[in-house]
Amino acid sequence: MNKVNIALIGNPNSGKTTLFNLLAGTNYHVANYPGITVERKYANVKYKDQNLVLHDLPGTYSLTAYSQEELVTRNFLIKDRPDLVIQVVDASNLQRNLYLTIQLLEMNIPTIIALNMVDVAEGRNKKIDISVLENKLGLRIVPTVARSGKGGNELLEAILHHSKGSEKLNITSFSYGNDIDNFLSEAVPLIGKSETESKWLALKYLENDEEVMSENSHQNFHSLLMKSVKKIENHTKNTLDTYPEVIIADYRYGAVRNILDNVVTQKDHSSRIYLSDTIDKILTQRFIGPIMLFFILYLVYKFTFWASEYPSGLLESFFGFLSETAESKLPDGLIKSLIVSGIIDGVGGVLGFTPLIFFMFFVIAILEDSGYMARMAYMLDRIFKWFGLQGNSVVPFIISGGIAGGCAVPGVMASRTIKGKKERLITILTVPFMPCGAKIPVFALLVSAFFTGDKGLAMLSITLLSWVFALIVAKIYSITIIKGENSSFIMELPPYRFPTFKGLLLHAWERTWMYIKKAGTTILAISIVLWIMMTFPQLSNEQMSVLNGKSDNEIAEFALKNSLAGKIGASLEPISKYAGFDWRTNIALVGGFAAKEVVVSTLGTAYSLGEIEADDTESLSEKIQKDPSWNLGVAISLLLFTILYAPCFVTVVAIVKETASYKWGLFSVVSNTFIAYILAVVAYQLFGVLS
Amino acid sequence: MALRLRELKKGDIAIVDRVTAEKNLGKRIRDLGIIKGAKIQIIGEAPLYDPVAIKVGDTVLTLRNNEADYIFVTKGEGKHE
Repeated sequence: MNKVNIALIGNPNSGKTTLFNLLAGTNYHVANYPGITVERKYANVKYKDQNLVLHDLPGTYSLTAYSQEELVTRNFLIKDRPDLVIQVVDASNLQRNLYLTIQLLEMNIPTIIALNMVDVAEGRNKKIDISVLENKLGLRIVPTVARSGKGGNELLEAILHHSKGSEKLNITSFSYGNDIDNFLSEAVPLIGKSETESKWLALKYLENDEEVMSENSHQNFHSLLMKSVKKIENHTKNTLDTYPEVIIADYRYGAVRNILDNVVTQKDHSSRIYLSDTIDKILTQRFIGPIMLFFILYLVYKFTFWASEYPSGLLESFFGFLSETAESKLPDGLIKSLIVSGIIDGVGGVLGFTPLIFFMFFVIAILEDSGYMARMAYMLDRIFKWFGLQGNSVVPFIISGGIAGGCAVPGVMASRTIKGKKERLITILTVPFMPCGAKIPVFALLVSAFFTGDKGLAMLSITLLSWVFALIVAKIYSITIIKGENSSFIMELPPYRFPTFKGLLLHAWERTWMYIKKAGTTILAISIVLWIMMTFPQLSNEQMSVLNGKSDNEIAEFALKNSLAGKIGASLEPISKYAGFDWRTNIALVGGFAAKEVVVSTLGTAYSLGEIEADDTESLSEKIQKDPSWNLGVAISLLLFTILYAPCFVTVVAIVKETASYKWGLFSVVSNTFIAYILAVVAYQLFGVLS
Repeated sequence: MALRLRELKKGDIAIVDRVTAEKNLGKRIRDLGIIKGAKIQIIGEAPLYDPVAIKVGDTVLTLRNNEADYIFVTKGEGKHE
């Protein structure tokens, strides 16, 4: 039997993804739509011998062309022509959700409604007469509670019935008032397609839908239709002082009101203050709100580090064990050196952070799914706006390491939620300044070697400093190279909800998996390249004979200096010396462009201390403390440089992908390194004099 | 008398008279349910009084004062806190 293509669509926060997870289980695929940054999720599901392909389309309020999400959803409906649409409708918010239903009916696409969260509606003393609603819409309605799994089988059963053709769906038509109805009836023969299709096209012309108009600009009807649109625009402007698109929206909402008449009965009018509103009275109160915000961020920070401590330790000992085994079992030589120093130490150092990344994303998923993240955007918008950003920028900043220990790659990707072009670009370019999980070992090393006093406080100060730099650079970009109007900020504050554990796990795992894949591919390749650069060319026999009688450490240091990496490091010294970096630090920093995790491990190797792992910073910190070329000035200089300089290679790739331009990827490398160098030089000169 | 949404205070209830925003912003405002005749209540203000949180139907929205300037309302009865 053929596969049935089913598209899941619905308002944001209608529980669409939860329903998708319920129907699809964990067996789904994530991909990007070609050329754009909207995620595409689909799953193959078998129900009673029928193969179904479920497509989870992006959440959308409407089928106009306001955002990429809307456009993706609409184009999927038009071009991929799914056999059936399931619209997930939030039963506690019927009016706005049915506005989308009306637009689906306008497109005459077979639709079944999953009336989700019926429990919430009941809790609000709302009674919904489903059979009356079914009759009025002419659509099959299946009540569901996706989070507890209720209604899943009934929904699959309805899909099966539909695919067997035993369920006939009505065509419903609406009135948009005399002026527009007349326009439509004149436009239908002019366009000459089927009645519903012609009507839909004519409506889109009235709504000034640029996408539809440019797609049809070569058609015969285009110029005539444009003329009559102008005419009716003038007419409505003169008689009603409004635009056709406003009238259309008014009539759509009017149709929804008529449909809901006799469908919803509110039992108790006095209890319209919902729990969610009560929580907001505290959590977003003008004075208490910001205090709670910082307290919650502090808890996130605490929890992430507390929860990941034990599994991280296990992973570390596992890689330590691997390394030791390889050390003892393999014969001495290049292969052993490649496997131990190159592969196990390089990839292991990165994978050691996996638990931290997982728990951080888990907590961020709690903030997102509970609805609190939207409140953070709301409370912080005014401040962010001043820096050329937007309330929504807070999410990418936090994911990138805003509370220490994130990753800029998913951070850059999370910038998709920002609607304004200018704010989005500035966010993408400034999130790499955040103290990501890979920079933390560098900070830890420097703090333990050169800062006396409260180490925790020092780390917190570094996090705050990173924020200050990111915001200042954002401000500078917004008044110099990325000028432009501020975009609008209008969004929903969804009701507070308890996230489902399964949803949180899936969410966190999707992102953690991305990180693991990076370690298995990019970092593995980089580790091998770095190992080659630090190993070759090897010392010649002549050089060896000169070194006869010297200690192993001295020989190792000489060999390193003689290697390709050593030569690159030395050739950068004339520039880097003003910031206090010698050739060894240079190697580490160049390696750090590949992945920031590499900085500490490379320094370790460069100081020929044998086996120093990225997280075993104690002995290395003692070593650099004693080294005469290191002092507080160098430490502060390196600290600033690490916060600010070029994003790692994978982040640059993400920037190129998200901005669809090599220019901004290159810009981030050059601009960030320049800013980092200037500040590092200033700090080194200043503190060099002091100490 | 029609006021701008910005002129309302926390707790005020009003009926939308008209929305003058055009193009994408106009679309967005309509898609979120702010249309002529809709009942709006100001339910919260961010720490620096901007943006504000409003309740429209069963939805809570947030928007900046800049956006609120496009929304004209007629003030109704409301209770201040």
